[in-house]
Amino acid sequence: MSKLRQTPSQTVGPFFAYALTPEQYGYDFASIAGGVLAEGDVPGERIRIEGRVLDGKGDVVPDAMIEIWQADGQGRYAHPADPRGSNIAFKGFGRVGTGTDPESRFIFDTIKPGPVDGQQAPHINVIVFMRGLLLHAYTRIYFSDEAEANARDPVLASVPAERRRTLIAIRDEKSDGAIYRLDIHMQGPSETVFFDV
Amino acid sequence: MTESYAPRDWSSQPPYLHPDYKSTVLRAPTRKLIPIRQSLSEVTGPVYGHDRLGALDADLTRNAVKGAEPIGERIVVTGRVLDEDGRPQPNMLIEIWQANAAGRYVHVVDQHPAPLDPNFLGGGRCVTDSEGRYKFYTIKPGAYPWGNHHNAWRPAHIHFSLFGPSLSTRLVTQMYFPGDPLLPFDPIYMGTPADCRELLISRFMLELTEPSFALGYEFDFVLRGRRQTPIE
Repeated sequence: MSKLRQTPSQTVGPFFAYALTPEQYGYDFASIAGGVLAEGDVPGERIRIEGRVLDGKGDVVPDAMIEIWQADGQGRYAHPADPRGSNIAFKGFGRVGTGTDPESRFIFDTIKPGPVDGQQAPHINVIVFMRGLLLHAYTRIYFSDEAEANARDPVLASVPAERRRTLIAIRDEKSDGAIYRLDIHMQGPSETVFFDV
Repeated sequence: MTESYAPRDWSSQPPYLHPDYKSTVLRAPTRKLIPIRQSLSEVTGPVYGHDRLGALDADLTRNAVKGAEPIGERIVVTGRVLDEDGRPQPNMLIEIWQANAAGRYVHVVDQHPAPLDPNFLGGGRCVTDSEGRYKFYTIKPGAYPWGNHHNAWRPAHIHFSLFGPSLSTRLVTQMYFPGDPLLPFDPIYMGTPADCRELLISRFMLELTEPSFALGYEFDFVLRGRRQTPIE
């Protein structure tokens, strides 16, 4: 049977907020997801992920949308393809725009994911959308305090050594929990590694 | 055995860098993408079902009404979500957003001096049924000017966002209308490979048109298929 052609992607454009991130931007429409992934008593270490998106001139992008998808504290995904099940209270999906923070950051309050299998280091899957991107871009966030696991990670191993740092968020200890920071560079000498997923 | 997903068909996708669309110049990744071997991280993805829908989410002609009906031409937009092997994709969340009939978005950043419609938001969502079908009622969006080049106008379009069954099937795209004279002048639409552009144009269907109520347009989505190779 001949295959159907995959529908082409088109840019998310600049005006997505009132439908995709409405509560964050103050529109009168319910959001399906936001920047807070860990609510209530979900088990796991509470962390914050924050960063900016920068264009080829080094200018901060204030109209990007960042989605994250991650496992729970035990490394399990809330999806039928993960036979282990997951914490019912933890969905693992977050979505924010960079247009409401004064510094145009994306900020996620979540839990640190556990290792999902015997091979990969703990990581968060990231999808980047913005005006000017005709097709979304996939990247990952790893954690600076997981050096040993990172050294064994097969995906990081597939990345040229000098570019791996573009995927590793730096941990900053705060009294109320750790903050991990990582900027996403679309171009330039620090261009983030994007994956063909 | 957990299924994985067929590769993205790059021949049907726009490139990251398409200089006619000026915003791509400083935002397109310049390095080659690094292939990733699919793991549990790529074959899973967010799952949203009917429990997250409001009663009027799929009817944009009613979901933001403040006392009167929105202005413009009512339309029905319906179709199926399939994978490339033709398999229907049931229980899939679809989100949409669009300009109003005058070509104005509710978004505060939109400065086009066309009127806002107090009874129209332009955002909606629905979940596909057991045969992968979806259906929205909305108002036909207007064309609007933008700053890409002199006298640049976006053709009328509706934005769509779909997750599909996994992270790797994520799709954000735009649906256009048949016969729109602005299409050949639009660098976003024209950024798509020539033999795939028509995949972005809806079909007018008299059979889907609701008598004395709304014109019917059909638009199908095709997501990446599954394959039987085990994940890592």
